[in-house]
Amino acid sequence: MAVRREEERTTVDRYPGRVRVNHWVTAISLILLTLSGAALFHPALFFLSSLFGGGSAARMLHPWIGVVLLASFAILFVQMVKYNFWTKADTRWMGHIGEVMSGREENLPEVGKYNGAQKIVFWLMTLLIIVLFGTGIVIWYEYFGASFTIEQQRFGHIIHALAAIAMLLVVIVHIYAGFYVRGTISAMTEGKVTGGWAFRHHRLWLRQEAREGVIDERQAPPRRHSPGPAE
Amino acid sequence: MAGLQSQDFARISATTFRPPDVRHDFEVAKLIDVSKCIGCKACQSACLEWNNLREEVGINRGVYDNPHDLTENTWTLMRFTEWENPESGNLEWLIRKDGCMHCADPGCLKACPSPGAIVQYNNGIVDFVSENCIGCGYCVKGCPFNIPRISQADHKAYKCTLCSDRVSVGQAPACAKACPTGAIVFGTKKAMLDHANGRISDLKSRGFKNAGIYDPPGVGGTHVMYVLHHADKPQLYANLPNNPRISQVVELWKGLTKYAGMAAVGFAAAFAFVHATIARRNDVSRAEDREAEHLIDEEAARGRKT
Amino acid sequence: MTNSWTDIKNTDLVIIMGGNAAEAHPCGFKWVTEAKAQRGAKLIVVDPRFTRSASVADFYAPIRQGTDIAFLLGVMKYCIDNDKIQHDYVRAFTNAPYIVKDGFNYEDGLFTGYDEAKRDYDRSSWEYELGPDGYVQVDETLQHPRCVYQLLKKHVSVYTSEMVERICGTPKDKYLAICKMIAECSTRDKTMTSMYALGWTQHSKGSQNIRSMAMLQLLLGNIGVRGGGMNALRGHSNIQGLTDIGLMSDLIPGYLAIPKDKEVDFSTYMSTRGFKPLRPNQMSYWQNYRKFMVSFLKSMWGPAATAENEFAYQWLPKLDVAGYDMLRTFDLMHQGKVNGYFCQGFNPLLSAPNRGKITASLSKLKFLVVMDPLQTETSRFWKDEGVHNDVKPESIQTEVFELPTTCFAEDEGSLVSSSRWLQWHWPGQEPPGEAKTDAWIMAQLHLRLRELYAKEGGAFPDPIVNLHWPYRDPQDPQPDEIARELNGYVVSTVTDPADPTKVVLEKGKQVDTFGQLRDDGSTACGCWIYSGSWTERGNMMARRDTNDPGNTGAYQNWAFSWPANRRILYNRASADINGKPWDPRRKLIEWNGTAWTGYDVPDIAVNAKPQDVGPFIMNPEGSARLFSRGLMRDGPFPAHYEPFESPIANVTAPKIRGNPVARIFKDDLAALGTSEKFPYAATSYRLTEHFHFWTKHVWVNAVLQPEFFVEISEQLAAEKNIQKGGWVKVSSARGTVYAKAVVTKRIKPLVCDGKTVHVVGIPLHWGFTGAAKKGFGPNSLTPFVGDANTDTPEFKAFLVNVEPSNGPATS
Repeated sequence: MAVRREEERTTVDRYPGRVRVNHWVTAISLILLTLSGAALFHPALFFLSSLFGGGSAARMLHPWIGVVLLASFAILFVQMVKYNFWTKADTRWMGHIGEVMSGREENLPEVGKYNGAQKIVFWLMTLLIIVLFGTGIVIWYEYFGASFTIEQQRFGHIIHALAAIAMLLVVIVHIYAGFYVRGTISAMTEGKVTGGWAFRHHRLWLRQEAREGVIDERQAPPRRHSPGPAE
Repeated sequence: MAGLQSQDFARISATTFRPPDVRHDFEVAKLIDVSKCIGCKACQSACLEWNNLREEVGINRGVYDNPHDLTENTWTLMRFTEWENPESGNLEWLIRKDGCMHCADPGCLKACPSPGAIVQYNNGIVDFVSENCIGCGYCVKGCPFNIPRISQADHKAYKCTLCSDRVSVGQAPACAKACPTGAIVFGTKKAMLDHANGRISDLKSRGFKNAGIYDPPGVGGTHVMYVLHHADKPQLYANLPNNPRISQVVELWKGLTKYAGMAAVGFAAAFAFVHATIARRNDVSRAEDREAEHLIDEEAARGRKT
Repeated sequence: MTNSWTDIKNTDLVIIMGGNAAEAHPCGFKWVTEAKAQRGAKLIVVDPRFTRSASVADFYAPIRQGTDIAFLLGVMKYCIDNDKIQHDYVRAFTNAPYIVKDGFNYEDGLFTGYDEAKRDYDRSSWEYELGPDGYVQVDETLQHPRCVYQLLKKHVSVYTSEMVERICGTPKDKYLAICKMIAECSTRDKTMTSMYALGWTQHSKGSQNIRSMAMLQLLLGNIGVRGGGMNALRGHSNIQGLTDIGLMSDLIPGYLAIPKDKEVDFSTYMSTRGFKPLRPNQMSYWQNYRKFMVSFLKSMWGPAATAENEFAYQWLPKLDVAGYDMLRTFDLMHQGKVNGYFCQGFNPLLSAPNRGKITASLSKLKFLVVMDPLQTETSRFWKDEGVHNDVKPESIQTEVFELPTTCFAEDEGSLVSSSRWLQWHWPGQEPPGEAKTDAWIMAQLHLRLRELYAKEGGAFPDPIVNLHWPYRDPQDPQPDEIARELNGYVVSTVTDPADPTKVVLEKGKQVDTFGQLRDDGSTACGCWIYSGSWTERGNMMARRDTNDPGNTGAYQNWAFSWPANRRILYNRASADINGKPWDPRRKLIEWNGTAWTGYDVPDIAVNAKPQDVGPFIMNPEGSARLFSRGLMRDGPFPAHYEPFESPIANVTAPKIRGNPVARIFKDDLAALGTSEKFPYAATSYRLTEHFHFWTKHVWVNAVLQPEFFVEISEQLAAEKNIQKGGWVKVSSARGTVYAKAVVTKRIKPLVCDGKTVHVVGIPLHWGFTGAAKKGFGPNSLTPFVGDANTDTPEFKAFLVNVEPSNGPATS
């Protein structure tokens, strides 16, 4: 990870390729799960099952996609968990969430790699995926129909449905935040953000990154700031 | 659907529109008089034969119930209960023909997510339409009587059709046709209720003071009814539910959750849209870019010192 | 059945004892449900097990198997003591007033005349006292100490309710409740019907079981009336037809007797069959015996049977023993005295008692021919099936021929139901593969044998070469041809002796009734009781008219009921001595002053005066017998005898084991088990889901009841640590089987003579061929004992031991 001086701008490495891949696998899984799940959730959305080759195929694929999601998210979790422990600063930051929503971040405490809202999304995702997977197993009729009582399966269904709705809300927040906070998406597409973005939203993180060295990638670098590997 | 005119449906699963309702058929019903039943299983074999089903040859597990449960091939099953009546001191061998009750308010249909996989005809018969069935097993959860079974081979749900194919051409269901003692009778629901009343007074005259009909109101009544000697204790008959209703959990899942969930997601999306439209952009200013450069230099320098 | 299935709807009380109608006759049982639903009839079930019939009964009481006679004699005592008999009926229509010879007695379990060495009675003292006119002496007051009524009263006096409880294990209160219900049917307007089956016949005293109930029914006035009668439920499709057409070793068609070797000529044979009436004016219908016999011989040998050669009487086989029944045949086979055996529609490896002996016997044959639609166990008796048929094929030299035959659904013909109805049926589909009708196979055999005899002579060719074989295609006699032969036809034209121009019977025409049969050779008839089934009006058996005038359940124009399309036998007894119905609402026939009119064909001549002619026309007395004279080998009254294998000794006569004259061979007697080694009382039976050993070949039936099991009480299971659904090993003195345990509340331990008796139920539908799981039949365990009168094996009561097991060892 590093801060890079490029020709026209300065960037900060935010996500290496392996994390991006995981993120997008998780994201695509979630989208497919949403589409196939929605098809089974409400008659008006049943047409979405056509995207999977019909109702039976949607029914058959949905739990398997869930397995992919779980696996992919599990790796993501391991990659990200260390940045997501809650701090007092996060609590303070959350107190200013209204300002963030209004596009004003001047009065916020400095934020590390993730702000409070991002951490909440992370932990909600973690919790909901566990709940969805657990209840998903209970209602995965093809393989586990005989392992749970019908009453357990009924509860499985309603919890799964509620958790899925919650998940969808979290995903909406997550995606919208990505769009609303301009300059965010490149973190997951290119793996890096601009220095200004980092300064505005994650200044503490920027400080840490900068402290570890700056790589000058300009054509004729006058000098290297970094004495060598960061460590 | 099912080769029948769509005007013959009273309800269709996972469908938001109301089926045409100009046609009005007599509601039919099958009446199973448990007090006349000798447990011969002719109904079971007629069901297998008429529907051309092939159940596995199983084993004996110390009871007369064979197969041991309903399966995708066994749509009706005699369930045998030995009960010592504490009042009379007599042993009673209660034999109940289990199978789909064809509820007026069918839980399976309510739970089904696939349009037209479960239908209720105007005559009250609840039928599974295999070509629309996706094998999700939701009907199993919807049913208050634990009737539908999903085939592990073709992943379709199966249960008694009340021989809708026979009924549609004016024949009684195969089980009723085969029943040697007239314990299973079939006709209009009204006629069956009348018949049941005659049977109940006969049973009362024989000392079964709680004899009665099982037509549970919790599911809107059923199109398969029982005459029971002990109608006050239906659970004696191999756990026939005392007051069956569609599970509250299923009602919540298929009712409020469905609408509230759609609403919540829609609201969130709408909020995002409105916010995106009217809120101030959260973007990086040039000044911040410059300050970033400054900060990077500062921190990088600090980094070199340490 | 004296009555018919459809008549059961007319009853007020059904007693199922010695059977399990709901289980074994579910279709016929519908008439019980009809009676219950339409008339409010009650149903009593008395059985060692709480059966499917009991599940819909109004009253159930347990009984130890093999003690029905004690129970029923006790009911008779109750009815006599409480004056619950229909006196007018008993006086008019039974032999209650008849006086029995001095010298008859019953003591210590034996009637007079017992010979222990022969295991037989000298029955000469079991007779009526005849007056100088040759008629029986009677005492209408029933007070004479030797009148049948008084003798009966004395005979049943020991069977108090306490004694019944002690012998049968039936709790006294339940027993008395049943007595009360039965006794109510002694009035004119209430009837009881008895439904029984193999639960009464398959005992060493089976015939007496049935007689006991028949006697009770007579005391109640329930024979010959609507909703009454003795109704034997025939278990096997067409088993009624089998007995009717004489497929018994001592019978020829129509219940005529096969000659004994002592009956050296026709006149000797006929000399004991005069059946002179024992009371004035009685029909004694067997007086026509000669007509039936000659007509039968004419149908057998046609033109070759002439007055000169005693109508070929000598070509009939002559018995040197009482009969070559199944048990004797297999005993002879076991002794190596039988070379070949034709097994036609019969599966003795599973049907005959003591399977080990059957296997050993079949192994001694030179050849075995099995004619059957199914692959029977018998046809594979030589095949090593492990524990399920543990034999060494290399040591068996019997050559087995398997001839596939059609089954009932693939051929045309008639079946006789329990109701004595001959119902014609048509094929439902083509027979599979090489299957042929039994008639075709028999024709092939006959024609080849006839050719051989014609060519080579032989010891006794006459019966074969002269057999009347008038069929359109001699290779393949058709059902209609055989049916017409059984009905009978006119061989030569008969004219009115008073007016020779008036033709009474025209040559070649079918006879209308057995009343037209003659003893001069001018008529032929294969089975006299079937006369009327295929007349000049056509096939009466094919009639399907559901009209039922008076709603009596008679259905006079549905098929044909032998004899003479009579639906209820002894229907004359439905009316009092003056011909008025006992119960006008239940009118069957009625004397209108000049003739009998009504819904059924009367037993007696249509113009026979009611006061003159009794209803029981086959008896020379004209009345029914409470005392059966010497006609039953084991006593003129039934007496309680224990089964040969019994958990307790005979309470009424401790020294007597089993029925003292029941048939048992010496080796088999020695091999009986004792209650010390085999403590539990076993019984065998059928289940609704299966039909004998046939339906285990049918996938659907195999699904419904897949695997062999035995039923035991919860108490025995606890005592022996047997789990529900677990394996048990059941053994008797003759063999061992492995079965799943059905542990049930429906069997309860009984207390008999102070001892706890555990009942073990063993159903019989499994073998080692077919779709169901391989299993055993109870005949691996049952003793080789036959009823004293019919030689029916004692399948319903024997001793076993039961132990928990890990199941049959698989090697």
